[in-house]
Amino acid sequence: MFRTAFFLKGNWVLALALPLALAGGWELAVAAGWANGRLLPTPSAVYTALAALAKTGELAAHVQATLARVAVGFALGVLAGTFFGAVVGYWSAARRFLDPTLQALRNIPSIAWVPMFILWFGIFETSKIILIAVGVFFPIYLGLSDAVRGVDRKLVEVGRIFRFSHREMILRVLLPATLPTYVSSLRSGLGLGWMFVVAAEFMGAEQGLGFLLVDGQQTGRPAVILGAIVAFAVLGKLTDWLLAAAAARLLVWQDAFKPVE
Amino acid sequence: MLSIQNVAKRYPNGTLALDRLSLSVEQSEILALVGGSGCGKSTLLRLISGLDHPTGGTIDLDGAPVRQPRAEIGVVFQEPRLMPWLTIDQNVAFGIRHLPAAEQKKRVVEALARVGLAAYAGHWPRELSGGQAQRVALARALVGRPKALLLDEPYSALDALTRNDLQEHLLDLWADDRPTLILVTHDIEEALFLADRVVVMRPDPGRILSEFRPHLARPRDRLSGEFLDWKNRLLAELGKAQRPLGGDEKYPAAAI
Ligand SMILES: Nc1ncnc2c1ncn2[C@@H]1O[C@H](COP(=O)(O)OP(=O)(O)OP(=O)(O)O)[C@@H](O)[C@H]1O
Ligand SMILES: [Mg+2]
Repeated sequence: MFRTAFFLKGNWVLALALPLALAGGWELAVAAGWANGRLLPTPSAVYTALAALAKTGELAAHVQATLARVAVGFALGVLAGTFFGAVVGYWSAARRFLDPTLQALRNIPSIAWVPMFILWFGIFETSKIILIAVGVFFPIYLGLSDAVRGVDRKLVEVGRIFRFSHREMILRVLLPATLPTYVSSLRSGLGLGWMFVVAAEFMGAEQGLGFLLVDGQQTGRPAVILGAIVAFAVLGKLTDWLLAAAAARLLVWQDAFKPVE
Repeated sequence: MLSIQNVAKRYPNGTLALDRLSLSVEQSEILALVGGSGCGKSTLLRLISGLDHPTGGTIDLDGAPVRQPRAEIGVVFQEPRLMPWLTIDQNVAFGIRHLPAAEQKKRVVEALARVGLAAYAGHWPRELSGGQAQRVALARALVGRPKALLLDEPYSALDALTRNDLQEHLLDLWADDRPTLILVTHDIEEALFLADRVVVMRPDPGRILSEFRPHLARPRDRLSGEFLDWKNRLLAELGKAQRPLGGDEKYPAAAI
């Protein structure tokens, strides 16, 4: 009883158990000479590579470049997705007019736009950020427009009984009612943002973790590649966690299923 | 006060839920609408509340037609319909959001005390029982001091004891401002316990079959012989309401 409760309370312990065991196992296997770590470097080799990059300040510069791209692309995608999602969800004329087109565009894999974006916006920052924004846009647009249309009619009627204006209906009923879904779509959007920043940085960049991936491959340094991957994992997890933590404060009211332990 | 003239409601799918229904209700009257499932009770209430519009006839409140929900008319639905993202006091304040904050606060505290839930002001709706939540819904509807309160089977989801409590409680609250009450119920006892007048409806299409004015002294005793007599009369009438009428009786006189 006590032991399981203690173990489960430490969510971190449980979350880290599997990756740590795998990493430790691999480290041991290479150290013991059962495997050679040339193509799959050991955790210590990755750490050494990252430490070397950190020492020269390169790592910080790469991280900063990537973070900036994700931040700007995510912000643009969120703005556009929120605007169109809200309008299309709230106003059925807009839905009939816009939704078919947006749905058709959604079915194009966003990466397919890369050549076009490069022609239109050049190979520098603009095309990268727009690619990220497009990736972020769709889950947010879809999530929000569906959520608005799915708001419980019964609660909307309460708003009508109290003679809410459109503005009040939006701020006091639709917005809070759609918030849980909106938060999930922000999180999927952010996930796609991280995915697309790699694609964006593959298409020629002088900086960024995506560039580090390509560079590690071209210079035959798998430890650098793995280091960049680890950095992506840490940053992706961290930003998602920040987003979820910020949202959790807004969603304390939820009467939701509490997962079993 | 409330005047319903020849009201008809045909839903977009073709269902004729109400047909040429007329009814007037006095200020401070307590009226119960009873009748089998599907005879248009909820539909009538929605029309009176302004949530929905009649496809024929008129509904006037104090001489002005009801087209939209109006401040003078409060509604309690079958479910509490509290906003889950607002605390109990915030939910109650919904009804008086135009008042200055201090006044709002004072009235919300009063209203919650009046329904016996003062201690729950800062709680979330999910932390309340069904009966408590329905009392909050009642407080929310009454806090704006409406002239008329519409209740659509407000206590049908509750157990018999809680229901009896809340019925007495409703009469208590009613005595404060004496709003007109229009109560839809399946429960004949509830109708007889509360109402000055009981209106029996019948379906296909929804119309008024008959009306009763139970002459029972208040507070009413559910176990008195008189009460039980009325109950039997009403039961017999409801039995009639379920049977389809013959051709000649298609549109019987509305009132007795
Ligand atoms: N939104 C709607 N669209 C189409 N038909 C409807 C709608 N709402 C109700 N009806 C129909 O109108 C009739 C009256 O329904 P209503 O809900 O008013 O009955 P009720 O007397 O409240 O019944 P109950 O006691 O079961 O609540 C029924 O035949 C029902 O099927
Ligand atoms: Mg009903």
